[in-house]
Amino acid sequence: MASNKKDNLKRVLLPAASILIFIIIWQIVAEFYVNNPFLLPSFTDVISAFLSMAFGPKGSLPKDLWYSLLHFAIGMVAAIIVGIPVGVAMGWFKDVDIALNPLIELIRPIPPLAWIPFAIIWFGLTNAAAGFIIFIGAVFPILINTYTGFREVPKVFIEAGKVLGCTNNFSLIRRVAFPSAIPSIMSGIRISMGVGWMCLVGAEIFGAGSGKYGLGKNLWTYYNLHQMPSVVVYMLILGFIGIFIDLIFRHYVNKQMLKWREEDL
Amino acid sequence: MSLLSIENLRKVFSEGETDEVVALEGINLEIEDEEFICLVGPSGCGKTTLLRIVAGLDTPSSGVALLAGNEILGPDPERGMVFQEYSLFPWLSVIDNIEFGLEMKGVSKKARSETSEKYLELVGLKQFAGSFPHELSGGMRQRVAIARALANDPKVLLMDEPFGALDAQTRNMMQKELLEIWRRAKKTVIFVTHSVDEAVFLADRIIIMSPRPGKIKEIVAVDIPRCRERTAPEFANLRKYVLSLMGEGTI
Ligand SMILES: Nc1ncnc2c1ncn2[C@@H]1O[C@H](COP(=O)(O)OP(=O)(O)OP(=O)(O)O)[C@@H](O)[C@H]1O
Ligand SMILES: [Mg+2]
Repeated sequence: MASNKKDNLKRVLLPAASILIFIIIWQIVAEFYVNNPFLLPSFTDVISAFLSMAFGPKGSLPKDLWYSLLHFAIGMVAAIIVGIPVGVAMGWFKDVDIALNPLIELIRPIPPLAWIPFAIIWFGLTNAAAGFIIFIGAVFPILINTYTGFREVPKVFIEAGKVLGCTNNFSLIRRVAFPSAIPSIMSGIRISMGVGWMCLVGAEIFGAGSGKYGLGKNLWTYYNLHQMPSVVVYMLILGFIGIFIDLIFRHYVNKQMLKWREEDL
Repeated sequence: MSLLSIENLRKVFSEGETDEVVALEGINLEIEDEEFICLVGPSGCGKTTLLRIVAGLDTPSSGVALLAGNEILGPDPERGMVFQEYSLFPWLSVIDNIEFGLEMKGVSKKARSETSEKYLELVGLKQFAGSFPHELSGGMRQRVAIARALANDPKVLLMDEPFGALDAQTRNMMQKELLEIWRRAKKTVIFVTHSVDEAVFLADRIIIMSPRPGKIKEIVAVDIPRCRERTAPEFANLRKYVLSLMGEGTI
């Protein structure tokens, strides 16, 4: 017990100490060695930039956040709506797998950002254009994990389902294969959220979006204005939100959908 | 006409390839309605394969399996199966596993819970109704699988070493319960076991199989009235006889 408590304390104190030391070194290097906020803004520069953006009159931070989350949601919802059914069809029906596999393997290696020109041509400068880039990045991990989850359903579950009266494809998919594949599907969604979040920044920087707002968009604006402390603020916010989305997702999935599993996602 | 007839059944895996296995060869068998059959034989002699063909999960390479005169072409809830390996759905609680087949049949929620509670009690796992399979021991899981098969009330019950993972005490108790269910619900049971003792306790007829290729070596009728006493001399004699047929000596 005692050593357990000590362990837990260590788990808090050691990371806190390393972060603190990192900040101190950063501050010292920026202030005394580089001494140029354009090359390396100091920690305190970044904090004051954050405060004026969050509470100052001109800050667009809340709107940027809102629009980025909107782009992200459009892309993720579309990726889930397309990725899961296609993955299910390919995982369950051999012919669909044979037919679609080469096509998917052709499209998949194209980096999502390479789609930006067409995203803008097809969707214009809209939220959907940014959503499309995120969709391209997010759909393949979901599709492939759904497919793998379906291929790896233990045969005995399918057979047990059959002898218990689940005899058609639809009820076998719904009652047996899909629940069995959920852990794999959920980890696919998790991976795709990471990829999608990265695509978001690229898409917005390259102008796919509805114009004025977006975390990636205005990160680039601040760079053009040479306001590097604000750029760092946006970088940090992008990182934090990425972690936050992942934490919420994992918490929800582990508590609600995977409580039957021994290990968490 | 008997309920289940197996005629000239042959099953070959990987036919024509170098790893070809003749799992079953020349199986002829007539099983009467409401008969309790035990299948014994060494590992790999095709017991599971025979059961799977009757379940409709495998198709014979040649020959037929007929149920009430109709060829068995696929699985059906009328032929319930308790698998040799763990087959509970890990995403469903114990109670939902047991109710799965009833739900597929469209039985109402109320009737489902009545049935599942009955069988849960029967297998002695009432306090685990809400648990998930990974929280149970191997023997407990197997008991839930038995309850799940029974709750579906199949006419033919195929059981592949269902009691293999149970301790001796639970095993004896489950054997008695199974006989009681079989008698009351008028089922036909095909029960695979490695235990000759279990076979002599349960069966109307014991089918002894031999391996490579899997064949029926001998069929022994058990004429001891139920409930059988394991300590009775006739029980011991029959057990010795079956063991000698299996080539395990008479000790
Ligand atoms: N799907 C399969 N593919 C190839 N060979 C198989 C397959 N299933 C079973 N066999 C082979 O058929 C033979 C009979 O197997 P089966 O599982 O029916 O034996 P069993 O009597 O149930 O053995 P055990 O007592 O160990 O469960 C074995 O030699 C096995 O290797
Ligand atoms: Mg077997």
